[in-house]
Amino acid sequence: MTEALILEARGLTMRFGGVTAVDGVDLKVRPGELRCLIGPNGAGKSTFFKMLSGQLRPSAGDVVFKGISLVGLPASRIARLGIGIKTQVPSVFNGLTVAAGVTLAARRSLPPMLARARTDETLARIGIGRLRDRLVGELAHGQRQLVELAMVLAPQPDLVLLDEPAAGMTADEVSRLADLVVELTRSSAVIIVEHDMQFIRRIARDVTVFNCGRVLAEGPAGQVLADQRVKDVYLGKEAA
Amino acid sequence: MLKSSLGAAAVALAAVYALVVVPAEGQMTTMINGSVYASYGILALSLALIWGYGGILSFGQAAFFGLGGYAYAIAALNLGNTWAALVIAVALAGASAAVLGYFMFWGRISDVYLGVITLTVSLILYRFLNQTAGDEWTIGSAPLGGFNGIPSTPILTLPGLPDEPLSPEQIYVLAMGALFVGYLACKLLVATHFGRVVVSIRENEMRAELLGYDARLYKLGLFTFAGALAGIGGVLFANCVFVSPNMFNLQTNGQLIIWVIVGGLGTLAGPVIGCFLLLMLATFLGTVHQGGGTNWFDPNLVLGVLLTLVVVALRKGLLPLAIAGFDAIAARRGQRGRLARAADPLVCEPQAE
Repeated sequence: MTEALILEARGLTMRFGGVTAVDGVDLKVRPGELRCLIGPNGAGKSTFFKMLSGQLRPSAGDVVFKGISLVGLPASRIARLGIGIKTQVPSVFNGLTVAAGVTLAARRSLPPMLARARTDETLARIGIGRLRDRLVGELAHGQRQLVELAMVLAPQPDLVLLDEPAAGMTADEVSRLADLVVELTRSSAVIIVEHDMQFIRRIARDVTVFNCGRVLAEGPAGQVLADQRVKDVYLGKEAA
Repeated sequence: MLKSSLGAAAVALAAVYALVVVPAEGQMTTMINGSVYASYGILALSLALIWGYGGILSFGQAAFFGLGGYAYAIAALNLGNTWAALVIAVALAGASAAVLGYFMFWGRISDVYLGVITLTVSLILYRFLNQTAGDEWTIGSAPLGGFNGIPSTPILTLPGLPDEPLSPEQIYVLAMGALFVGYLACKLLVATHFGRVVVSIRENEMRAELLGYDARLYKLGLFTFAGALAGIGGVLFANCVFVSPNMFNLQTNGQLIIWVIVGGLGTLAGPVIGCFLLLMLATFLGTVHQGGGTNWFDPNLVLGVLLTLVVVALRKGLLPLAIAGFDAIAARRGQRGRLARAADPLVCEPQAE
């Protein structure tokens, strides 16, 4: 594989006191790749995301994004380098309108006029144009997920991290989200954490399975999901 | 749209009254009191900005008010040029806020801890200046004066005429003018992209960071601006009263919080209105208390009860209450208008209003 990597994690480790939440994880992501992270609750997926986005500083290991080491950089700097994250619990500006929040996201890299245009474009792309003047705090959970997604996509990041984006969405919304995620890979690399297997099967090309803070299996979706160890983990049998 | 233009009209009206009508009437006590209120009003504005918009509860914002006042007095006594002293004082107040803010925001201190640290800084300055009586405590030719402060604080002079100090009327116009300019500056600031980012940080700091905005930097900018603003208030206070350690004390800081809460947190005009109303009330109660020989009540007790009532019953403060009342009346009017039109078959819905 000679193609350049957009993201490479090497031996990434996060310890909280005596608990090792993420234990020496290696991950390589190419530009435009769509990678799914799956694994049972507590496997370390969200912690891994938090290290990539700068919310947590790794205890050990390194993450290199577009040739720059992210370890120790503040979250805002990492975002400016081109990583956008949609967190597990929607992290939005409840007191602002949908349009104001998305414009704020777009405005970081664009002058006012272009930021407004980008906002309209992004809201239309995600299909929440009709919500533009609503206060985010008044919306349903699934809609707030979409608003957060709009804020993440508005600056057009090179790498998008999505932590359980389909949670709390209606079947319709999930279907639209799947199309959107696939379309997204035309401009960005995407890493997505999701429990919804239907969703995974629909979008996934490559899957990485986390268990107990380590990578249990990695490879094309069909092959990995058929792996007995992966089935054991999901069915609750002790894999080790 | 209508509401914001009504608000602007109200502010313009208040400015005309304060800057044209009051000076024309020429009531000296009103103008002297007004100067003090305006200087405190600027202090209230500075807290309204950082607390209401930035979510930064500085319990010791008066520290910058006091530093501005002291720096002005000391620089004016040493330099003789009062306008240079003003510039130095405002710069020093802003720089002090920047230094304190740097340690707090880069240390990721927020909420109640930030309140405690700022109050502590203010009270340390209070304690320190209180014990600066005696000849050894002078900076250049300025004696710090301990508990008594610096009664010989020079008054600002007419620009270009160093020997002609401003009259109390001119100080009044200057202080009121500064209050309105300060208000407009804050209003403009919160309407800029910087202001929007600051509000978004108040709403959700982690999300703002994940969108690429360094919250520390924005908070520092806001805190520095507010510190300089409080410093302007302090300079004006030094010109209409004089500087003393009480500028830093718990009462000044506590009152400041009360003005903001009573007037309405999250607004700029509300805290200034709260400041004026409560100061006027305190002056009135003080007059009744001393003049009428009625010493059976304590003015502070009345203010305390009032604050409790506001916190319990009004929650959001006076200005938001007034706006909500206006909305309710407008909504009822609109509804009645629509009902009347619907009931009258001869009245058609107007095509354009």
